[in-house]
Amino acid sequence: MTEIREVSVDELRHLVSDRARSGETMLLNMGPQHPSTHGVLRLLLELDGETVVSCIPDIGFLHTGVEKNMESKNYQQAEVMTDRLDYLNPIGNNLVYSLAVEKLLDLDVPERAQVIRVILAELTRINSHLVWVGTSALDLGAMSLFLYAMRERELILDIFEMCAGQRMMTTYVRPGGLWRDVPVEFEAAVRDFLALMPARLDEYERLLNNNPLFLERTSQIGIISKEDCLRYAATGPVLRAAGMAYDLRKARPYSGYETYDFDIPTETAGDVRARYLVRMAEMRQSLRIIQQGMDRLPYGPVRSNNRKYVPPPRSEIGVSMEALIHHFKLWTEGFSAPQGSVYATIESPRGELGVFLESDGGPKPYRVHFRTPTFPNLQIMPLLSRGHFVADVVAIIGSIDIVLGDADR
Amino acid sequence: MNENLQAAVDAIQAEFGASLQTFRGEHTLILAREQIAAAAQALRDRFQFEMLVDVTAVDYWPQEEPRFHVIYQFNSVSHHGLLRVRVPLSAAEPKVPTLEGVYPGANWYEREVWDMFGIQFEGHSDLRRIIMPYDWVGHPLRKDYPLGYEEVQFTFNFDDISLRKPHPKE
Repeated sequence: MTEIREVSVDELRHLVSDRARSGETMLLNMGPQHPSTHGVLRLLLELDGETVVSCIPDIGFLHTGVEKNMESKNYQQAEVMTDRLDYLNPIGNNLVYSLAVEKLLDLDVPERAQVIRVILAELTRINSHLVWVGTSALDLGAMSLFLYAMRERELILDIFEMCAGQRMMTTYVRPGGLWRDVPVEFEAAVRDFLALMPARLDEYERLLNNNPLFLERTSQIGIISKEDCLRYAATGPVLRAAGMAYDLRKARPYSGYETYDFDIPTETAGDVRARYLVRMAEMRQSLRIIQQGMDRLPYGPVRSNNRKYVPPPRSEIGVSMEALIHHFKLWTEGFSAPQGSVYATIESPRGELGVFLESDGGPKPYRVHFRTPTFPNLQIMPLLSRGHFVADVVAIIGSIDIVLGDADR
Repeated sequence: MNENLQAAVDAIQAEFGASLQTFRGEHTLILAREQIAAAAQALRDRFQFEMLVDVTAVDYWPQEEPRFHVIYQFNSVSHHGLLRVRVPLSAAEPKVPTLEGVYPGANWYEREVWDMFGIQFEGHSDLRRIIMPYDWVGHPLRKDYPLGYEEVQFTFNFDDISLRKPHPKE
């Protein structure tokens, strides 16, 4: 039986100040079971009284070995694991993986599938931001908002359920298109949601925007500059709240985002409140994109016709020998991708989500690496929390919108 | 390839002896490990690659020379350019200089690569494991590290397998 070894202050000496060794400052463990750490994040805080002197994030409690596991699965099987990474952004994870495989195979996606992908990706963004606004306001003591946000999120999960049969682990976006077409109820459900949501967002803002308690807890807390964000590769709302209008939907458009009309909300303060304002404005922009998507939704196939990579529709299997053979080959050994490596990115609700995919020419990916936004965003925690109170650390963790499944993979 | 990216690729090729690969419109420079720190400095200061978005590695075991490729993704926010740099490393000496001095954000990425592949980053300020537990043995994403399967237990061999199967620590 090997002995469990704990990390001592000696090993962390380079990260804490000298005062910690003499006992002048206190080392305090926050997490991994702390409710405000949104999962299993552990922070080692060095405290001078109530003030944070240094902060050492410790991650890895939710490591599931997804990247290693994918190397032993073929391309279709590996996709199922992408849902489990960032569990608030399942469609986005499916999308970025599919984009990487499509880039590797040089596969075209039909127009209808592209538009549905955009609609669902934006619904996922609203879904993720709703969970964020609910939980981070809950951390600051605003209980009722959590219930309202979860109520609206339920509508989005219902839409996912009618498309994919699953509320959270969707695996709906597949390389070459979608798993299947959306059902007939989809349009009405999305239009109802579009009609309802602006008023609900107003309601949230009435609760929070001028709430003196919320203002006190968020203004001038956890400030980061644009330059620091770039140096630490922090992306998404953190970067935009620091004053840089950088959004991959505009910078490196995918799935036809260049044809939609939307703005990139930015703030200049770079504090917790600025990140809150950016996310609230982003939800409104997402509604705009969904509206445009619904208005242009064309009819047509939702899967590529390239049978070497994309399975044939079920109806063809009964009448076509070719279709049966393709189906059999694809579901037994999978397809072989050409040798090479690609990097595909999307703008996830948390920032730049990238997939690095390397193929050795076989039916299984040789190496899959997820460049997840939470990982670098968490790295700026020491910068954000230095000099603030312990209670503010809770607000700061909430404001960078961490999902530990995303960081630990 | 936009102008800034073209200029960066040309300059790195000329000054640091890099070779260029292009696949599906993505550009990859292959650099010797001695050059990576200086090349990264040039990319950031002269060609506005402000962000080091990703550092990862690929293991080509059982191939020995080179066994690893360390892969860097540089992003130019102001010019919308994305450039990949690969650094081949031999199995005997998996070491590469750290980029922490140029891009502070490389800190955690390099810790992850150390944790998962056992590639050392010379000059790194805090090279501890980041994702696996502190006392973990081995580097999981190496190709010679087994994925691990659980043996199926039946009534006749239940106790045998129970004895040799790894259990969580008490």
